[in-house]
Amino acid sequence: MEVCNCIEPQWPADELLMKYQYISDFFIAIAYFSIPLELIYFVKKSAVFPYRWVLVQFGAFIVLCGATHLINLWTFTTHSRTVALVMTTAKVLTAVVSCATALMLVHIIPDLLSVKTRELFLKNKAAELDREMGLIRTQEETGRHVRMLTHEIRSTLDRHTILKTTLVELGRTLALEECALWMPTRTGLELQLSYTLRHQHPVEYTVPIQLPVINQVFGTSRAVKISPNSPVARLRPVSGKYMLGEVVAVRVPLLHLSNFQINDWPELSTKRYALMVLMLPSDSARQWHVHELELVEVVADQVAVALSHAAILEESMRARDLLMEQNVALDLARREAETAIRARNDFLAVMNHEMRTPMHAIIALSSLLQETELTPEQRLMVETILKSSNLLATLMNDVLDLSRLEDGSLQLELGTFNLHTLFREVLNLIKPIAVVKKLPITLNLAPDLPEFVVGDEKRLMQIILNIVGNAVKFSKQGSISVAALVTKSDTRAADFFVVPTGSHFYLRVKVKDSGAGINPQDIPKLFTKFAQTQSLATRSSGGSGLGLAISKRFVNLMEGNIWIESDGLGKGCTAIFDVKLGISERSNESKQSGIPKVPAIPRHSSFTGLKVLVMDENGVSRMVTKGLLVHLGCEVTTVSSNEECLRVVSHEHKVVFMDVCMPGVENYQIALRIHEKFTKQRHQRPLLVALSGNTDKSTKEKCMSFGLDGVLLKPVSLDHMRDVLSDLLERRVLYEGM
Amino acid sequence: MDLVQMQKSLQDYTKSLFLEGILDSQFLQLQQLQDESNPDFVSQVVTLFFQDSDRILNDLSLSLDQQVVDFKKVDPHVHQLKGSSSSIGAQRVKNACVVFRSFCEQQNVEACHRCLQQVKQEYYLVKNRLETLFKLEQQIVASGGMIPPVELGF
Repeated sequence: MEVCNCIEPQWPADELLMKYQYISDFFIAIAYFSIPLELIYFVKKSAVFPYRWVLVQFGAFIVLCGATHLINLWTFTTHSRTVALVMTTAKVLTAVVSCATALMLVHIIPDLLSVKTRELFLKNKAAELDREMGLIRTQEETGRHVRMLTHEIRSTLDRHTILKTTLVELGRTLALEECALWMPTRTGLELQLSYTLRHQHPVEYTVPIQLPVINQVFGTSRAVKISPNSPVARLRPVSGKYMLGEVVAVRVPLLHLSNFQINDWPELSTKRYALMVLMLPSDSARQWHVHELELVEVVADQVAVALSHAAILEESMRARDLLMEQNVALDLARREAETAIRARNDFLAVMNHEMRTPMHAIIALSSLLQETELTPEQRLMVETILKSSNLLATLMNDVLDLSRLEDGSLQLELGTFNLHTLFREVLNLIKPIAVVKKLPITLNLAPDLPEFVVGDEKRLMQIILNIVGNAVKFSKQGSISVAALVTKSDTRAADFFVVPTGSHFYLRVKVKDSGAGINPQDIPKLFTKFAQTQSLATRSSGGSGLGLAISKRFVNLMEGNIWIESDGLGKGCTAIFDVKLGISERSNESKQSGIPKVPAIPRHSSFTGLKVLVMDENGVSRMVTKGLLVHLGCEVTTVSSNEECLRVVSHEHKVVFMDVCMPGVENYQIALRIHEKFTKQRHQRPLLVALSGNTDKSTKEKCMSFGLDGVLLKPVSLDHMRDVLSDLLERRVLYEGM
Repeated sequence: MDLVQMQKSLQDYTKSLFLEGILDSQFLQLQQLQDESNPDFVSQVVTLFFQDSDRILNDLSLSLDQQVVDFKKVDPHVHQLKGSSSSIGAQRVKNACVVFRSFCEQQNVEACHRCLQQVKQEYYLVKNRLETLFKLEQQIVASGGMIPPVELGF
């Protein structure tokens, strides 16, 4: 091309294209220059961009491209060689850089893409975690609700409060529309609507328990969704709502266990369930969520536990109240019984004295009368009086004794006596009647029967008399046999012959009669008080019906047994009793030596020269006692005080009678002092006898404990004193009743 | 009055004493103790009884008239009187003493006064009767008769 000097070349028409090119290049250059600027600007702004080097490269590439296009501007006209050179350089550089960049991008773009993938992955993960957190939070809320509900439910032991609270709290926690509890009726055939949260319900609204929906709910321990139209859920008044809320029902086991350590509720031991029905609000489009169902199940279990505790508590309170009532009633009954007993005892005590005194007067005077000179008719009359009064006295004693026996206050008065003599005496008493009735009585004493025994003589005689008397009374003809023998009791060894002191034996007495006999059915009644067999034969005879009852009591007191055997009416009967008696020390010596029995203890008829000492503070009484003893022939010294007694007493006195009527123990102590005085000469000590106003057990015990040898009841009769003295001198001891 | 009649009236009188309960069998015992060696036993005992009882009754009256009655002193007296009266067979006196003692235990002053009156009454009664009895006996002895043994023929 020629260099022309034209300054402003005119653009030829086909240089329009070139013009457009020129402008485009210009703009491209600008754009190319501004893009890296923007890049730098924004990258500077962002903190995280790992590919700065790439950026630089890219920037360089763009800049160079821009430079290229810019330099292109100069090449539209004729241009110098420098421009061409610059142009070329620029182009070469650009080419290099672009190739490098292209190569670089191959590595980088996959990286960039993978970043994107990771980002997506992380987003997903985050969403998942969010979801899970939501779940956990819900669960924790549920747990809190359950705890709160449980706390509310278990904070009371009252059944109604528990149930009411459950419904209220559940309703609040779950925002229920209605919550109801159906309890089984007593018959177990129906469920009765017991509690509702909001709506009033008619009383006695029941549904039968055998509905399929109910069975379905009872069949599982989980909460079950049921239809809102089922009978148990039809509680709300139909109010035209379109969509009834969902209903869930769960069973509540009614247990009576207080120990819930086992994990599974024992399915077998409970058959009773209550039904809890929960309804979501209508038209709320709410659904039962799993966690809500779980909440309901847990609450139902807790309610079951609380209810059973409440039931147990109720029962125990009821039992306690019952016991208290019974206690009060028993206390009252006991006090009444005590009052009655006291009244009875007072009455008896009075009657005892009042009745006996005149009785004794009659008997005493009649017997005295017998001693005097009487005509035969008079004698007969007196004897009748005596017999009747004796009978009356016995009757009174019987009644009084029986009352005391029942009281348990009767005690046997033990003493040593002759058993053989006792039997003979009984027979002598009965003989007159038996002779009149022409009933021979035979007595058969076993050869090994001990002679001297220890027991209650009077009562034993009473028993034998009663039995033999009955035999005679109820026999019209035939004979009566009385047999006494030694029998072995079940527990003792059979060795009665060695007779050391303190052994016991069982006496068996058999009384056989040939009288009317007894119907075997009546035998048990015989021993009850006042009962009498009604046969004609017996009605004519007297008897209060007490005899056998009293005899039985006495026999029992003597640790024995009494019974009657009969073969039937008309065949007679045998009465048998066993009693326990002690064997006396001094028994059977005569037996063992083979000498025939000495019938009775030899009696002194006079006590001439016997020195005795009488101590009594009361002058009159002293004089009387002295007179008594003097009449019997004793030599009597009298003293009126304890000190005098101690001073005067000596080994010459054989017996000391001391009055112990005054209350207190000073009089008894004199006995101890006398013992002291004679410790050296034991055998010379005089016998000490107390004269007292009563001879009950406590007095006797007191006397024995103070070393007295005997006690006598004042006032003493002449004959009695005579007997006492001879007994005393013979046996050196005297403890007997009066 | 001739001897037999006197003896009869003595018997009747004695009988009446027993029937009325003024005396009891203990008195009979006393009479049994009386024999040749001891001819005045009964009257001796009875006289002693009268002396003792007069004294005791006096003491009792004094004790009970005090402002503050000391029952610890009253009781022994009554006890003694009871003992004496039972020794000679003065039954009603003894019974009255028993009642007296029970009121003493209760420390009932009112009732004790009443009892004392009762005891005194009974005592004077028995004293009176016994004195009459002895007079009758003396009369018989004076007439040369024997006091018949106690014979309670009806």
